[in-house]
Amino acid sequence: MAAIEILDLEKSYLVGFWRKRQKLALRPLRLTIEEGEVFGFLGPNGAGKTTTLKLLMGLVFPTAGTARILGMDMGDPRVKSQIGFLPEQPYFYDHLSARELLNYYGQLSGVPAKGRSARVEQMLARVGLSDSAGVQLRKFSKGMLQRVGLAQAILHDPKLVFLDEPMSGLDPMGRREVRDLIQQLRHDGKTVFFSTHILSDAEALCDRVGVIHQGELRGVGAVAELTSGTQGKVEIIFCAQKVPAGLTGLGAEARISGDMVNAVLPEEQQDAALEVLRRERLKLISLTPVRSSLEEYYIQKLRPAEDQKEGRKEESRKGVGV
Amino acid sequence: MNSGGTNARIGYIAFNTFREAVRDRVLYNLIAFALLLSGAAILVGEISIDIERLVVVNLGLTAVSLFGVVIAIFIGIGLVSKEIDKRTLYTVLSRPVCRWEFVVGKFLGLTGTLVVNTLLMAIGVFLALLYVAHRFEMMDVWVLVALYFIVLQFLIVCALALFFSSFSTPLMAAVFTFALFVVGSLAEDLRGFARITQGVGGWLATGIAYLVPNFSALNVISQVAHGDAVSGRLILYDSAYALLYSAMAVSGAVLIFQRRNLK
Repeated sequence: MAAIEILDLEKSYLVGFWRKRQKLALRPLRLTIEEGEVFGFLGPNGAGKTTTLKLLMGLVFPTAGTARILGMDMGDPRVKSQIGFLPEQPYFYDHLSARELLNYYGQLSGVPAKGRSARVEQMLARVGLSDSAGVQLRKFSKGMLQRVGLAQAILHDPKLVFLDEPMSGLDPMGRREVRDLIQQLRHDGKTVFFSTHILSDAEALCDRVGVIHQGELRGVGAVAELTSGTQGKVEIIFCAQKVPAGLTGLGAEARISGDMVNAVLPEEQQDAALEVLRRERLKLISLTPVRSSLEEYYIQKLRPAEDQKEGRKEESRKGVGV
Repeated sequence: MNSGGTNARIGYIAFNTFREAVRDRVLYNLIAFALLLSGAAILVGEISIDIERLVVVNLGLTAVSLFGVVIAIFIGIGLVSKEIDKRTLYTVLSRPVCRWEFVVGKFLGLTGTLVVNTLLMAIGVFLALLYVAHRFEMMDVWVLVALYFIVLQFLIVCALALFFSSFSTPLMAAVFTFALFVVGSLAEDLRGFARITQGVGGWLATGIAYLVPNFSALNVISQVAHGDAVSGRLILYDSAYALLYSAMAVSGAVLIFQRRNLK
């Protein structure tokens, strides 16, 4: 069963003094996320990621379209007890301590009184806040608030977790811990939908990614497929202090660093290049195909529409879904 | 969502609102109130011209009313709008909490705060009474009724502040609420004016007189200060009126908030 089915969800706002000008925040969005999947929603700031999440959370109302979450209409009150949400740069009641806040959210989420305290302590330990559990949140740093945000999102053991920029404001250690937490959620069979503009996080965590830009979904693809394709080029690294003339003739782009040369050349020239190295008696270090990266896919999707037509042709040749 | 769950959620939200008010030192107003009342009681005790009780009841109850109205307006206008601005609302509404439950919970939390505040102030008033009169009398029971009416006023003021803040800026909401409190305190005069005015003006004055909250009917301070009784009929009528008026204002706030996009 699909965990999330977004069916032409659209949002526009009326702006200007007389509220007559329409500003499109999200063009009709159609997207399906399967259960147990970790899905990354990528896009630059202002692309429409947060708007999509707010629509799914019922914080803003769609201009058109709808969505089904865990098989129920997104407006169905039962949905809310099965989802967790971490907003971007979360703010919490700063008169409460982390423990009190989680207890309050546990009450609102319907976590049974029996065992609620234990669950709160477990979550505090999971995000590394056991030592600061009694401190009022007004004394917390941004990174600590982000941890509280993660704890409250998974407190009631939801089936589906929405995270809006979960790594935002975290130091390298904190980011690693969040990555581990998302991996753990995947391991527990949860569906995770998270937005980010940090591609390395998406590449490390996601089964699939979607790229959104200017309110429009530009493409969706499986990370494994996007990063497994070769670009028809190979990278050869060998020991030398200058680039052999024979290699330049094969169309190689070479770079010298110290006693090593790094050369990238068309795949079909691979044998000829190895022959040149043998002839020149140069020591080969490695030969690897040049793989596509998520960054290339992302940048390609962010290009203007005309450039994208070329990109789509290229993708259909490689068999990547859009 | 079942009604038991609904009641519990409203209760949790109300308690959190009360806790927030207490921790944000709202009850510190009691210190100013205590100082004011102690000073007045000592001063009146010195003068001693047989109007000590009248002065203490008048001053004490007026202070209870004004302190409470100021709290009701300034917290009431931020009850929901502050949560939207600070985005604390996002993690609440992404849980199984209906928007109306949130608004009602916040309203009850603030009125609960005001009830506790009024109870503590009431203790102060009675202590001042004891200080100047050296004993309690039967007619002091009516002071309790006056305090109850003051709480009913707070219900309406809170509801109005909540209603105005649901579609205007906090500053404008404060101005609207305070203006209605002032006009509502003169509601009986307005009704009298409407009765003697003819034509369209009369219709208009009657409409306004019955639309604004009738705070003057809820003000029996002068009456009880003179030791006069308050009729059971008035207590019943005022209770029903205040509950209905505040319920309507909260419902208006809910209706607006239900459709609001939380940007």
